[in-house]
Amino acid sequence: MDILRTRKLMSILIDQTKKVIVQGITGREGMARAKLMIEYGTTVVAGCTPGKGGETVLGVPVFDTLEEAVETIGQVDISTIFVPAPLVKDAAIEALSAGIKLLVIVPDRVPIYDVLEIAAVAKEMGAEFVGPNTLGLLSPGKAVLGMIGGSAASARNWFLPGNCGVTSRSGGITSSIAYYLSRAGVGLSSIVHVGGDAVVGLPHPEIIKKYEADPETKAVVMFGEIGGSQEETVADLIESGAVTKPIIAYIGGRGAKSGTRFSHAGAIIEGGRGTYEGKVERLKTAGAHVVENFGDIPAVTKKVLASLSGKM
Amino acid sequence: MARLHEYQGKKLLAEAGIKIPQYRVVRNVGETDEAIETVGLPAVIKAQAWTTGRASIGAIAFAGSPAEARAAVQKMLGLEIKGFPVTEVLVEEKLKITREFYLGIIIDDTNKCPRMIFSSVGGTGIEEIARAHPDKVAHALVDIRWGLRDFEARNAIRKTGVTGKLQVQLAGTAVKLYEAARKYEARSAEINPLVVVESGEIVAADCRFTVDDYAVFRHADLGIEIAREFGHPPTALDKIAYDVEKNDWRGTFYFIELARGYNKGEKYLGFHGAGGGGSMMSMDALTKRGYQIANFCDTSGNPPASKVYRAAKIILAQPNIDGYFGSGSGVASQEQFHSARGLVKAFREENISVPVVIRLGGNLEDLAIKILTEYTTDLPAPVEGYKKDDPADYCAERMQKLLAEYRPPAEKPKPRPKPMAAKPYSFKTITGKVTFDHDRCAKCESKICVEKCVPKILKLENGLPVLAITVEDAAKGKCTECLACEIECEQHGAAGGYVDLPIAGLDKYLGRT
Ligand code: SF4
Ligand code: SF4
Repeated sequence: MDILRTRKLMSILIDQTKKVIVQGITGREGMARAKLMIEYGTTVVAGCTPGKGGETVLGVPVFDTLEEAVETIGQVDISTIFVPAPLVKDAAIEALSAGIKLLVIVPDRVPIYDVLEIAAVAKEMGAEFVGPNTLGLLSPGKAVLGMIGGSAASARNWFLPGNCGVTSRSGGITSSIAYYLSRAGVGLSSIVHVGGDAVVGLPHPEIIKKYEADPETKAVVMFGEIGGSQEETVADLIESGAVTKPIIAYIGGRGAKSGTRFSHAGAIIEGGRGTYEGKVERLKTAGAHVVENFGDIPAVTKKVLASLSGKM
Repeated sequence: MARLHEYQGKKLLAEAGIKIPQYRVVRNVGETDEAIETVGLPAVIKAQAWTTGRASIGAIAFAGSPAEARAAVQKMLGLEIKGFPVTEVLVEEKLKITREFYLGIIIDDTNKCPRMIFSSVGGTGIEEIARAHPDKVAHALVDIRWGLRDFEARNAIRKTGVTGKLQVQLAGTAVKLYEAARKYEARSAEINPLVVVESGEIVAADCRFTVDDYAVFRHADLGIEIAREFGHPPTALDKIAYDVEKNDWRGTFYFIELARGYNKGEKYLGFHGAGGGGSMMSMDALTKRGYQIANFCDTSGNPPASKVYRAAKIILAQPNIDGYFGSGSGVASQEQFHSARGLVKAFREENISVPVVIRLGGNLEDLAIKILTEYTTDLPAPVEGYKKDDPADYCAERMQKLLAEYRPPAEKPKPRPKPMAAKPYSFKTITGKVTFDHDRCAKCESKICVEKCVPKILKLENGLPVLAITVEDAAKGKCTECLACEIECEQHGAAGGYVDLPIAGLDKYLGRT
């Protein structure tokens, strides 16, 4: 019974049962975000800052290394990383070496080759990471990782629980979509900012696969952007049948000037992917609900959810 | 991306052991003869500009004599490419090419690894060739921990039908290119064309090399001035803005001029966004209504009021914008009143005379809007503030309305001079200086600065505001430059507080002394 209960409570990637460590908890950002996480209900069990072991921050013990933290308090599920960008690679690989299976890498400006190295180690360890350059993720009423909402009071106020998943490439838009949906009466299962950089650990397609497997999620709102091929890959997933839940998609950057492409190579491997028109076209053909006006997202989502319950 | 000029990229290739043509870079015609002596005749003359298809716009020429070379250099130094003057011209030996290939290293976001791309046909139109003849293009995914191995490169090149010694030579070049890309953390490194010359050697005839912006700090030797994604060399204003960002790590500030040479009334707006996604959407809302974006600017990631102030001052340094539009995602996690105070300071100092619409939705938005709108009612132009329940599209509509109704003053109002304190009490902050005029403070009833100072570092001594902490601590960042002691003081005190936040180079740029 207990197993059933936990499973029922489980949302994608995070809930209140997961044990979380904060790397860089003694810094300005780390401390502020740890406060948000704890006050919202996340189980923060420890912090880690080299040289600050033995201190206590917000009632949480601080360790010098993650190995020591895990030895002392037992295995940790998730690490949220708030160290300066040049130190992120080492911090992330330290967490992966300590057996932590999910990282949330908040800082931006992490060098791309560092991200590639983190990705290679994560793959070897069977681990995953969200970010870098992410606001994090939140499951309403359960837990938050990162900094979505800013304060626990706002986060509680703005995001209501329910059955719609959100995944976004823009941090600010993650919050705004989630807020507008909640205000329109559409509750949320989870909201995820996949990260704003070119290479991220869990891009849209991976997050959407998780929503597909999540019994709580009935539909997914995706905020895509021009560049890269995450949105086209989502279209591929819909066409192949790997994703069956309805996807409501908005693509930002219609007005952006073309010619931002910086190499032939990018054009060769993307093969026409990456443009606003291309993304909209692919998603429409695959059967996603593409919304042209940002403000229409809540109404369209409502309609899609209503038609689902009609069918059931 | 921090893009290198062709000759700069080629230097990195040469360092990695790839052969490049003999070259000289000239910056005026007088240097041409000497360059020709080095590289010989015939020579190729190439304008150094960040654009493709240079041949079609006269940015590449051949010279058979020193006179021809001088003429070509002269012509190119007078060229403007994408609105930017050519300042450097590459003079190169003309290669005797027998065959052309394409070779590139790029970051593959889907597979999260570097990727080598080789095409057995190179030259212009490589994208189309790749689409039409996929069999002529081969790829190899690189394991970041080992790097590109020679056999992996050979296996890829083999698939395009290249065999024998040539295959070995090309693979060797690919490994070297990867090493250069890895060493200098290239987002992309391309040689197009990579050529075989009559002697049988492989030579890089061109090079496009872009360094990861976020890694530029590890490569000071490259001398990259601005690690930013620019489609053009940075403008004077871009550089001023970048200096602000470079010297202040709190939050993000990004500024780039998108247009120049436009006039008043041509519907160009100063744009001040917060966060990439929300900014893009807000710009979409404006362009849909027929407006042009004069600049892109982003202050996000919880920046202090001082940074938002500097951003606004830089945006307002564009003399011909018709309006000022600010909007991010609409639901920001950061406390928005900081941004409001930064904007108010800039608008007041400049006596802003173009209509302003700002969406400051997010945490503590009510306070933010109150500050923004109530403290600007006496300015020449209208300032409107909106919250998270007001969509970007509605804000764009408001901008349109204001612009239609607004009649700007015949003469542009002068900026406010800096206040002079009769009895100054000053202390340094991270990027500026706070001054209280104790003459005025003595007459002030509210002493509101002490109460509103966000980090609470002020106290009253003999009825006058002073630091409650050491000057060292204030200078190190305990004074967060929240601007309350100026903005709230001006509204509710006796105008004794002033925060001086210099922007290096801006006054000179504006012709102010
Ligand atoms: S509010 Fe202004 S005038 Fe009054 S004490 Fe403070 S700085 Fe001086
Ligand atoms: S002294 Fe206080 S109120 Fe004035 S700028 Fe510094 S932190 Fe803000």
